[in-house]
Amino acid sequence: MSIVLPSGSGDSFKAVNKYSAAVRRPIEPVGRYFLAHASRTLRGHTWSEFEKLEAERNVKQVEEDEDDDLGDEEQSEELLAHDPREWKTANLYAVLGLSHLRWKATEDQIRRAHRKQVLKHHPDKKSAAGGLDQDGFFKIIQKAFEIMLDPIKRRQYDSVDTDNDPKPPSAKTKYDFFEVWGPIFESEGRFSVKQPVPALGGLDATKEQVDEFYGFMNKFESWKTFEFKDEDVPDDTANRDHKRYIERKNIATRKKLKQEDNKRFIELVERAYSEDPRIKMFKDQAKKEKAAKKWEREAGSRKAAEEEAAKKAAEEEAAKKAAEAEASKKADSKKAKEAAKAAKKKNKRSVRNSAKDNDYFGDAGKASDIDADIELLLEKFDDVKLGEVAAKVKDADAAGVKAALSEVVAELVGAGSLQASYLKYFSA
Amino acid sequence: MSVIGITFGNSTSSIAVATQDGKVDVIANPDGDRFIPSALSYVGGDEYHGTQAEARLIRNPDSTIVNFRDFIGKQFDEVDTTAAHQVGAKAVKGPQGEVAYEITKNGNPETVTVHEIAKRHFINLKLAAEDFTGKDVEGVVLTVPTNFTEHQREELTKIAEDAGLKTLQLINEPTAALLAHLSTEEEKLAQDKLYVVADFGGIRSDAAVISARGGILTILATAHEFGLGGDKLDAALSEYFAKEFEKKYKANPRSNARSIAKLKAESIVVKKTLSNVQSSTCSIESLAEGFDFHTSINRLRYELAARQPLSEMTAFVEKVIKKAELDPLDVDEVLLVGGAANTPKLATNISYLFPESTKIVAPSLDSKALDPSELVVRGAALQASLVEQFDESEIKESLQPIVVNTQHLSKPIGIKDAEGNFHSILVAETAYPIKKSIEVTNGESTSVVVELYEGKRTIKETVIEPEAADAEDSEEEDSDEEPEIKREVVYEAGDLLAELTLKNLKPNAKLEVIINITQNGVLHLSGRELKQGAIAIKGEVQPSA
Repeated sequence: MSIVLPSGSGDSFKAVNKYSAAVRRPIEPVGRYFLAHASRTLRGHTWSEFEKLEAERNVKQVEEDEDDDLGDEEQSEELLAHDPREWKTANLYAVLGLSHLRWKATEDQIRRAHRKQVLKHHPDKKSAAGGLDQDGFFKIIQKAFEIMLDPIKRRQYDSVDTDNDPKPPSAKTKYDFFEVWGPIFESEGRFSVKQPVPALGGLDATKEQVDEFYGFMNKFESWKTFEFKDEDVPDDTANRDHKRYIERKNIATRKKLKQEDNKRFIELVERAYSEDPRIKMFKDQAKKEKAAKKWEREAGSRKAAEEEAAKKAAEEEAAKKAAEAEASKKADSKKAKEAAKAAKKKNKRSVRNSAKDNDYFGDAGKASDIDADIELLLEKFDDVKLGEVAAKVKDADAAGVKAALSEVVAELVGAGSLQASYLKYFSA
Repeated sequence: MSVIGITFGNSTSSIAVATQDGKVDVIANPDGDRFIPSALSYVGGDEYHGTQAEARLIRNPDSTIVNFRDFIGKQFDEVDTTAAHQVGAKAVKGPQGEVAYEITKNGNPETVTVHEIAKRHFINLKLAAEDFTGKDVEGVVLTVPTNFTEHQREELTKIAEDAGLKTLQLINEPTAALLAHLSTEEEKLAQDKLYVVADFGGIRSDAAVISARGGILTILATAHEFGLGGDKLDAALSEYFAKEFEKKYKANPRSNARSIAKLKAESIVVKKTLSNVQSSTCSIESLAEGFDFHTSINRLRYELAARQPLSEMTAFVEKVIKKAELDPLDVDEVLLVGGAANTPKLATNISYLFPESTKIVAPSLDSKALDPSELVVRGAALQASLVEQFDESEIKESLQPIVVNTQHLSKPIGIKDAEGNFHSILVAETAYPIKKSIEVTNGESTSVVVELYEGKRTIKETVIEPEAADAEDSEEEDSDEEPEIKREVVYEAGDLLAELTLKNLKPNAKLEVIINITQNGVLHLSGRELKQGAIAIKGEVQPSA
């Protein structure tokens, strides 16, 4: 009986009062509800968020339970009609409806699947349905169950149940290496004595991973045994020799099959190795690295040569520069000399003309004497004196020039480099 | 790896392991005991544990240590050793002032501390568990009484660690028992009910009032009584036998320790037998002065002999309910735990305290009930399997006060129906954050009002006519001997908190009312019609500070 609400109308919502103060108490940290509470509190989830998360989790659980339909697989007509005497040739996993799981089926799954098959194929059920003597398939089921539950026998069967394993592609076709070989090695890996088996990996695997993988595969030790392919040993004791012969033959066959299988596997690994794009890649890489190393190793001598060349160039440069400087210096000195010469000439001219320009100091009559004296003086002058005198006579008036010249004469006479007697005008 | 639950009691300890799907195995030790006596005995250079050690109480009581659990982490000066130690080795003051025992090992006197004894005990338990599971024990969930101090809890964790056991969590004994009980059925844990868990051990009794609200358990009150327990029942039975023996042979079996021990050992067996069948024989060879003792006793005589402790136990349960300021009418279920809970008389006595609607969970009243001695350890194992998938830091994080200390509603909150009756949606002591919804209907009217009320608890005492037993709207009913007075707890609408109106409804439409109280205490009320595209009307109610 659900609660009937009182009728009435009013505001859509009206808060009237506050509810009584809460009491803070420790709750008991046990049970799954507490764990839920803790995760809500710690993660700060609201109820609706939490419910969403829980719902997601529940979905996952349902998925996990999905192998409820275990063994519901339908067997093919061919398999159902299989001769029970030839049960060894039947696919025993398909018989139990486990062909999708095969060697991965757990004991529990096998038991459940077997139970289902028994319910479906029990002879009593068949005869009830009208058929008679149809227990052939049931016999196979029981055989299969017997094999599957005995770990040793199951291993023997698994060893030969390789028809549905992924096969390597024919050599000529084009294919994606990893897509094809990955599943092959994964399924081969189940026979390894050593577990876990490294995975083939992808194109981005490191060299170490690839090396480890091929290293493992080259040392692969398989637990495959071939007892399942044995020829039945006759039970009767009538012909013991024959029995022993068969037994020996079986052992030899097993050995042979084992060797063949090992050979097959080695070839498989070799082929994969030769086709592996990563190996090529690594080889190329190694080559490049080698080249780079060589380059690096030679770096020392190369550097020395470079330094040598640089030194040489620098030296040449320096020499060139020096030569240039020399040349320019030469040119400069020449120029200076010429300039000095010109200056001297100019000075001489200015000294020579100084008397003339000043009307020979009023003694025009003695002009030739003065000129002769000046010529004599000019001869006696060194460059410095010439400059000095030229500077003195320049811009000076007649008296100044005369005084200057007289001063120089006195000086020269005083120094003894000039004999006063030689002079005609300035000697006075 | 495996994670187990261990219950370490004064009298017995148990170990259990739970699988992920909730199946619990209580593990038997190599002696085949599921309730392993917490006893150690030293004879010569050998150490005996469990039943073998307990058997030594008769021949070698001075080097046999029992009832030592409660002394863990306590100073010798603060404990009362006399009551618990009428048997076994005598407790002395240890080197650091802790409790220790004086034993004889290889002929030399030796003092062993409680710490060491408990460690030895744990090592033995660990070995038993590893023998059973075939795997190393990685972690344990230990149970402790609710009155164990923080120091004692730390000490216990340390002892377990010394014994090579990593303690994942310490949980309270009554909660563990309740968890085990509630985990037997899928929906039980989520039901809002009030439980009394009464644990009758060997030398002490503990009781707790626990509310379960939306799967969250909260202890409302606890009570402890030391000295009350199964040992009292044994003593009563021993006394009865001793009297009978004296009458027959004129010899006093209480005069020497070995006779007392023999008498006690046999009394335990007889007590256990009488819990299952109506009568039992008692036979002790050479009880005293060379006389063999053979007699038989029926259950009634035993119950009379043990009347005193049994009524004390009943009073003890009454006490804890009083302590929680509740009435027996409020209690939905009483869970009896511990060895003494097997006693049929105890269960019936306790059932008289409560109205008929209250369920008493004890093996004598409910054949489907779990073994009361196993309840605690089962709970521990269940909790162990729950926390197994978390790492240590996550567990620690979850046990922080911020997570554990939660606000609990002090009054129920509910709505009023058309007749004016109050229907609680959230009951009192509900921890929040919480979200709960109920389905209601609008009847014939097109517009209804959802009136949110706080409930008021009243105990209604009505004198009723014999045939007017209308059990439908009464939550609990008293089954007094006089049928005239019927007491029941009734919740009436108290203060109006909020009103919410839903309009434009079809007659007899299905409506949903949702109450959601968030972490910060704000109550969100929303109502809507249960149909595609209906818009919910919402509002908030604040808590009073």
